[in-house]
Amino acid sequence: MTDATTGPATGPAAALYRSVALIRGFEQRAIELVRAKVVLGGIHPYTGQEAIAAGTCAALRPDDVITSTHRGHGHVLAKGADPARMMAELAGRTTGLNRGRGGSMHAADFGVGVLGANAIVGAAVPIAAGAAWAFRRAGSDRVALSYFGDGAVSQGVVLETFNLAALWRVPVVLVCENNGFATSMRTADTVAGSILGRAAAFGIPARTVDGTDPEAVLDATAEAVAHARTGRGPTLLECTTYRFDAHHTWEHTARPRYRTDAEVAAGRARDPLEIQGARIPATTRDAIDAELAELLDRAVRFACESPHPDPATALDHLYATGMRARAGAL
Amino acid sequence: MPNLSYLKALNRAIGDEMDRDPDVCVFGEDVGVAVTHATAGLLKRFGPERVLDTPISEQAFTSFATGAAMAGLRPLIEFQIPALLFLVFEQIANQAHKFSLMTGGQTRVPVTYLLPGSGSRESWAGQHSDHPYSLFAHVGVKTVVPATPSDAYGLLATAIRDDDPVVVFAPSGALGVREDVDFAGLAPVPLGVGRIHRGGTDVTVVAVGHLVHDALAVAEELAGSVSVEVFDPRSLFPFDWSGLAASLERTGRLVVVDDSNRSCGIGAEIVATAAEEMRLIAPPRRVTRPDGAVLPFARGLDLACQPTRAQLRAAVEKAVKAG
Ligand SMILES: Cc1ncc(C[n+]2csc(CCOP(=O)(O)OP(=O)(O)O)c2C)c(N)n1
Repeated sequence: MTDATTGPATGPAAALYRSVALIRGFEQRAIELVRAKVVLGGIHPYTGQEAIAAGTCAALRPDDVITSTHRGHGHVLAKGADPARMMAELAGRTTGLNRGRGGSMHAADFGVGVLGANAIVGAAVPIAAGAAWAFRRAGSDRVALSYFGDGAVSQGVVLETFNLAALWRVPVVLVCENNGFATSMRTADTVAGSILGRAAAFGIPARTVDGTDPEAVLDATAEAVAHARTGRGPTLLECTTYRFDAHHTWEHTARPRYRTDAEVAAGRARDPLEIQGARIPATTRDAIDAELAELLDRAVRFACESPHPDPATALDHLYATGMRARAGAL
Repeated sequence: MPNLSYLKALNRAIGDEMDRDPDVCVFGEDVGVAVTHATAGLLKRFGPERVLDTPISEQAFTSFATGAAMAGLRPLIEFQIPALLFLVFEQIANQAHKFSLMTGGQTRVPVTYLLPGSGSRESWAGQHSDHPYSLFAHVGVKTVVPATPSDAYGLLATAIRDDDPVVVFAPSGALGVREDVDFAGLAPVPLGVGRIHRGGTDVTVVAVGHLVHDALAVAEELAGSVSVEVFDPRSLFPFDWSGLAASLERTGRLVVVDDSNRSCGIGAEIVATAAEEMRLIAPPRRVTRPDGAVLPFARGLDLACQPTRAQLRAAVEKAVKAG
């Protein structure tokens, strides 16, 4: 998929690079804002895993939907959310995607098909399956894609959903981001058998994909999406990857030790940004980098300059019907 | 006039709403053959794309319904056992309920959770006798407990039409209740509007679910000596606080009878709110299950944990004497 050596900053390879670089840049800015205490509560950095979000979302249509995890920034951005509104959400501002009500772990943008990042491990998998089932029932060929970590494959609700999805041929793509760790615990210490074996048990086609290579992820996802769209049901993709940074930014101060420097260095050596960057002309890459730097500067400015929500509105949107709860402390 | 049973009222409400709105669909275990009767005939009428027998996977199908709701449907889930709500508390309280606020109003989750046979069913023992409505009121999930067939019809219809998640508890003690109704008169009942089943001037008895019928019996027993007003909140969240305040303006005395555990139960909330904000001329009283109760198997032990008419009568007499 290499773009012509002198091509413009368009074309599939450049678009994938841009998606990876956008997420990388966004995460770096977000971490800075955590340090500056503009973003409170910290974040779960996605650095190193960008190829998965970029590759999977490139295989989806705008009207397809995703559900995401506590490590969701990459997914939400790759699906098309506005980085400035996303940054404003992390900063808890009224201009944020969720009007400052969601934050990092709950970022949602229904306008671009993001049904929400979810802070409970595994919890969003049945939600994606239900949405996918509703699409099929409505006669459309839309699909849903759900991201979850290697830790989530030990959650009952995920395996229950595998059963439902296979049984009812639900058009859902199940994307396991195997970054080797659930917080500090190695996959081998938490997953009996194998991740693919779990899919096999339900008759779900499954494969392992190099989750550091955006194009490999795109190709595998495109196949899984076609499978779902044509009524053949779910597919599991186990995308192997490595988390470059902390599980959560609290590690930047607490510094728990669960992996060696050598291991981290080896993981960082397979960098999706470099892998995809090498596939486009240097001039294209530079042009994209410059465009993104400016876009992200604007996003940070937008977030920092946006208003904080009025405390009197703390329980706005609690009920879709507009019902007001009793005041309590408010 | 046709005589309508409570269970048939639930069944009729689901069927009528499915007729009215093609987005309403039903999930649950054995809903096809309708082991609880609440879904009787629906599979035949509406087909397997709208009435789905699910595997025994409560956690998955509860959030599956959430996803389907976000994509435009109005699922109703039937649970066979009230204790299954403990399994899916995550999916209801922590997922479905929170999405509207957490997304800043971007989505709605119109799912109805129906529990036909909540509370004690003659000696079904520890894991089949819970009545966990107070938990849902506590977290702010819309919670209704109808006492009569026409209210069961009307509140379930409203729950299905509501844009938020709603849990509908149909107490096993009310399932056998029958009522002469004009079918044409069956209509949705709004949430948060209580019902005075019997007017009175000495004491207000707030009764929840099937206990409304016990309260009415006690009111009748006491008719010569005490004038008892029986107030049925019908929905516990939202609660009809102004209706209760108006009743206490008339009576000034309050007894709550509630078939859930005492500590942090809805009875405690009703008493506390009345004490803080309403006219009381005597200390309010509660008749509830004991603190932290788990219903034992032996029938006599099971009954010993549930509020009784004798306890209610004693509480009413105390309240009247005290003021
Ligand atoms: C059900 C549940 N248990 C525990 C947690 C706390 N927790 C948050 S992230 C995490 C690790 C998840 O690991 P994994 O699924 O592999 O995703 P990763 O963090 O590696 O992206 C844990 C234990 C949680 N949020 N939800």
